[in-house]
Amino acid sequence: MEDLKTFLLDEVLLFESDTLSQGTEKVLQQVRREKPAQPVIYVSSGTSSIIAGSEKTYSAIESYISDNEPSAGLVKVGCTGPSNFEPLVCIQIPGKNKLFYRNITEEKVEPLLNGVFHNDISTDDLAGQTGTKGFELWPGMPFMDELPFFTHQKRIILSNCGCYDPESIEEYIARGGYRSYVKAIRHYTFEEVCDIIERSGLRGRSGGGYLTGLKWKHALNTTSNARYLICNAKESDPGAFTDRTILESDPHRLIEGIAIASYAIGASNAIVFMRSGSDHAKNRLQKAIDRAREYGLFGHNIFSSGYNLDIVIKIEPGAFVCGEETALINTLEGKRGMPQLKPPYPTTAGLFGKPTVINNVETLMNVPLIMQNGPEWFRTLGTENSPGTKVFAVAGKGRISGVVEVEMGTSIRSILEDIADGIHEGKEFKAIQLGGASGSFITSENLDLKIDYEELKEKGIGMGAGGFVIIDENTCMVDLVRYYMEFIRNESCGKCIPCREGTGRMLEILESVIRKPLNEESGTTLERFKGVMQLETIASVMKDTSLCGLGQTAPNPFISALKNFRDEFEEHIFDRKCRANICRGLRSFSIDVDKCTGCTACAAKCPVNAIYGTRLQPFFIVEEKCIGCGICFDICKFSAINVK
Amino acid sequence: MSTDLDIILKKYKQGKREDLIPILQEIQEDAGYLSEEAIVKVGSFLGMSTTKIFGLATFYDRFRFFPSGKVQIRICHGTSCFLNGSQSIINKIKEETGVIPGQTTRDGNFSYEIVSCMGGCHNGPLINVNGEYHAHIKAEQLPELIKKLKYVIEND
Repeated sequence: MEDLKTFLLDEVLLFESDTLSQGTEKVLQQVRREKPAQPVIYVSSGTSSIIAGSEKTYSAIESYISDNEPSAGLVKVGCTGPSNFEPLVCIQIPGKNKLFYRNITEEKVEPLLNGVFHNDISTDDLAGQTGTKGFELWPGMPFMDELPFFTHQKRIILSNCGCYDPESIEEYIARGGYRSYVKAIRHYTFEEVCDIIERSGLRGRSGGGYLTGLKWKHALNTTSNARYLICNAKESDPGAFTDRTILESDPHRLIEGIAIASYAIGASNAIVFMRSGSDHAKNRLQKAIDRAREYGLFGHNIFSSGYNLDIVIKIEPGAFVCGEETALINTLEGKRGMPQLKPPYPTTAGLFGKPTVINNVETLMNVPLIMQNGPEWFRTLGTENSPGTKVFAVAGKGRISGVVEVEMGTSIRSILEDIADGIHEGKEFKAIQLGGASGSFITSENLDLKIDYEELKEKGIGMGAGGFVIIDENTCMVDLVRYYMEFIRNESCGKCIPCREGTGRMLEILESVIRKPLNEESGTTLERFKGVMQLETIASVMKDTSLCGLGQTAPNPFISALKNFRDEFEEHIFDRKCRANICRGLRSFSIDVDKCTGCTACAAKCPVNAIYGTRLQPFFIVEEKCIGCGICFDICKFSAINVK
Repeated sequence: MSTDLDIILKKYKQGKREDLIPILQEIQEDAGYLSEEAIVKVGSFLGMSTTKIFGLATFYDRFRFFPSGKVQIRICHGTSCFLNGSQSIINKIKEETGVIPGQTTRDGNFSYEIVSCMGGCHNGPLINVNGEYHAHIKAEQLPELIKKLKYVIEND
């Protein structure tokens, strides 16, 4: 191990020429396990794989190997992308293409490996093969990169995910990693690095889309004795998991990105701000940082360049608003995570009053690639104004969910229909929710919109940080809007009144829309209708007067739902009907006379005593009294309660 | 307890304001919650008033002020799990345990919290019981699961 370290340092990282010698390449090939002499088995091990049971699969394979094939290698890799395929197992027999098997749970391990090691390759659960030059093909088996999920993607940031052991720095270096960082600190000045990134046109991927190079220059040009770089990995939007997947699958590239960015702004302290509860990602990142430190990639006077850098991980203590730049800085300073008025922007006075650059994970992942391939290469990707790619966490009611990466300019329809393979059969598509709790809905008319900052902005849609939730007819839009509003209400920090009071009021009105009115007489329908009219006013006030992005964007889901699904709101108000049958308060219940046994269970539990009857005779529900809580429905053992 | 606290505080020799959150996080990781005694001690260590620390700790929702239950359940309430019906899971757990999120049952057995996304969107609704994931969970499976957990605790 020590030998390999010295070799990688001397012959690869500190090697003066860009092209490495043939002998070096040969060693690197071995480190990359490109031409293994023994079979190698790769098991995915991200959070989504662990949830699907990959830990058990791993130990089953481990014990199989030690019993039957002690020479075979076993490697834990990151997530490849499609969550449906988890636990994903990849098998490489020497001299042949890699084979990917999907959904390999514990019990499937033995039959699968028995087949593989005795030349009886099973095609059940086979996802596909991947080919490299000089390897024997598996006849008649599909190729992984020809699967619709992969063909429509452009995987640059995710190119390493699922391919290498994220805990091995050696493998990352053998894949060309850390070379652009070492080159940057030895041969480029701060300004040159900023220039390269600015010329590439890289824009911040957290939603705002500000030019990254320009942001760096602002910080660099502010006179100060210390500067900070913060990597914002606090992805806490409900339904977003791109950052976590990246951290788990390719932590070293992120570290390289952080290191280059820190160098570019002359910062000697970098902080990774992570969400709490993702211990797996944190441990991976911590290990990666420790390994990089062992290699001398951080510390004092790195490779005699005179540059010092230290990277630390901080865990957020749990507040959604901390994702906002100034609130994040307050949290790091040990204060309440409340946003502050801007300007001054963090690039002039940020953490401890020093210039601070805050970039998110995806932005920083692009940096090593741009340094490696040049800004011109980056410009060839994506659209004129939004070069590069965008990573999305596709989830919800699509047939395939997972982390995907598409070139900017790809249509939303392509992500929905090609990559996520549409929605489940027999269901009708309703909308796509882009950008988490403060994003907007995209309906079928707008599906041909392209992923591009300007094009989406024109339609009033924010790109968001990467949430892409597919919604089908079984979802009630009013209830979904209420869910987002409840989330924001809970997360509002309470500093400014429009957000603190506005979210509470909006939630109240939305709840009254989905609740059954207690009495019908006093024009409650009109009141509820007035409520929705007021919602629009509150929404516009919040948009104009809230202090930070959280409050300004909080009404977005409501505004776009009202625009696109007005009929659903009206149905809830006037007809007291929820077409998706989700809003419990609006459902009406009745008892099936044939199925009811008269057990009295429902009548005993009914909170308003709306169920009457005689024991062992069919019961009935008095509709005027029913508040639609649904307890009877849950409690009935004979499915005698009908819902309408 | 107090000796552990001293060990933690010793790590932060300077005792600056920005160390406050990491100190509280470390105490919570060690003891499971922030006790009054611990907050007072941190206050005198950092030269800050106890109310200020308490005010800060209550602002963030990851800090607990009561010991967590022997079984800690985390329920995912991200958008994807919500679409797949996590609300009914939350209601059921509330009904079964009789406490609200963040509280612990009187016998000290159960506590639960709601988290925004655990990263298993394809497997929702998803819950995590003492570190073990239960995917595609249904509300009607919960009473039995809780009964089983109770049995395990009582016979331990």
